[in-house]
Amino acid sequence: MIHTAIIMLAVGIFAGIAGAILGIGGGMIITPILTLGMGLNIKYAIGASIIAVIATSSGSTIAYLRDNVLNLRVAMFLEIATTIGAIVGALLTGVLDPKYLYLLFGCLLVFSGWNMYRKLRRGSEVLQRVEPDKIAAKLKLNGTYFDKAEMKDIDYQVENVPAGFSVMFGAGVASGLLGIGSGAFKVMALDTFMKMPLKPSSSTSNLMMGVTAAASATVYFFNGAILPGIAVPMALGILGGAVIGSRIMQVLPARWIRIVFIPIILYIGFQMLFKGLGVHF
Amino acid sequence: MAQKPATTAREMAQVETIIGRILQVGVIFSAIVMLIGLALFLITGYSGYEGDFVPRQMGMILAGTWQLKPYAIMMLGVYCLILTPVLRVVVSIYAFYKEKDHLYVAITTLVLIILLIALAIGVKG
Repeated sequence: MIHTAIIMLAVGIFAGIAGAILGIGGGMIITPILTLGMGLNIKYAIGASIIAVIATSSGSTIAYLRDNVLNLRVAMFLEIATTIGAIVGALLTGVLDPKYLYLLFGCLLVFSGWNMYRKLRRGSEVLQRVEPDKIAAKLKLNGTYFDKAEMKDIDYQVENVPAGFSVMFGAGVASGLLGIGSGAFKVMALDTFMKMPLKPSSSTSNLMMGVTAAASATVYFFNGAILPGIAVPMALGILGGAVIGSRIMQVLPARWIRIVFIPIILYIGFQMLFKGLGVHF
Repeated sequence: MAQKPATTAREMAQVETIIGRILQVGVIFSAIVMLIGLALFLITGYSGYEGDFVPRQMGMILAGTWQLKPYAIMMLGVYCLILTPVLRVVVSIYAFYKEKDHLYVAITTLVLIILLIALAIGVKG
């Protein structure tokens, strides 16, 4: 029992650091560790994971808020889509065969790894040229952030708001269904579709994850998917890890963050896929 | 940028500081509750309940917390943690209201209503 608590605490610290740096909410790391590594039923892993997502988000927003990197209006507006999606997803989890949860999870990880690799190939962080956008202006979504690595204020605009909103709904469903923060989808909606720079994208997505996860976590809380012996030490570890991670994130160049995690994410993704397909090694 | 970027930037900084504080208090409070529960659980080696039972109705959690049952206190901490993002949404509504940004008061209120619906589904389901 003490043994489990200490392992969970350590897993939490690791997931907290990784989650804050990548903006992936820790959930993508925790469910594989609990299911593949510790043989826990995926239902309880998802329950622990959704709590981990809230802890990661809350822990790291504290640091981001002080540094003015995130865009609160963008977060609030898009949360309409993610919270509705999260409720739909959480209700779906009860109906689906766990096999599909593994398969979906595996696909998600492989996709995220590929997505990060693709961005890496695109080269260094450049501010993308964006056409002035009517919806973005009306909703006051454009913003400014201070880049610590480059030591200057960077103004940016966003575009393609309806596409971003739709992807966010999907991100919400994935979050509720798999107990993840679906930060990869959120960052994708913000940076690929709406052309927001990576740093405000990651911290805005981090902030959104907490609210999205709260929507599905209440459903999980009352249906018994949350085991306190696992979720509590993990959440405490994550709170510590998230604070450390968001400090690291602000001084590390975005490129290095990705290089470190791509192979790990791909490896875990294939493991989950094999588990879903019933292949054993 | 907007017509008066200086004011907007300053106002937003204010809003974000308030929200940051509230979030901090909420997170630290839940962490303390979880820590107390976990410490009791590890020291006594007993969850407070028979077998693998986990309390999940609010009434049972509160009653168990009163009787210092470790699992009840841990679940209470988890629940407080779940509520911190909800609290953040509530505070944001007030902050946008102070800023006279009616559009975002409406948007943020809508998010809160969706979260309350989730709560209702959770309690009933």
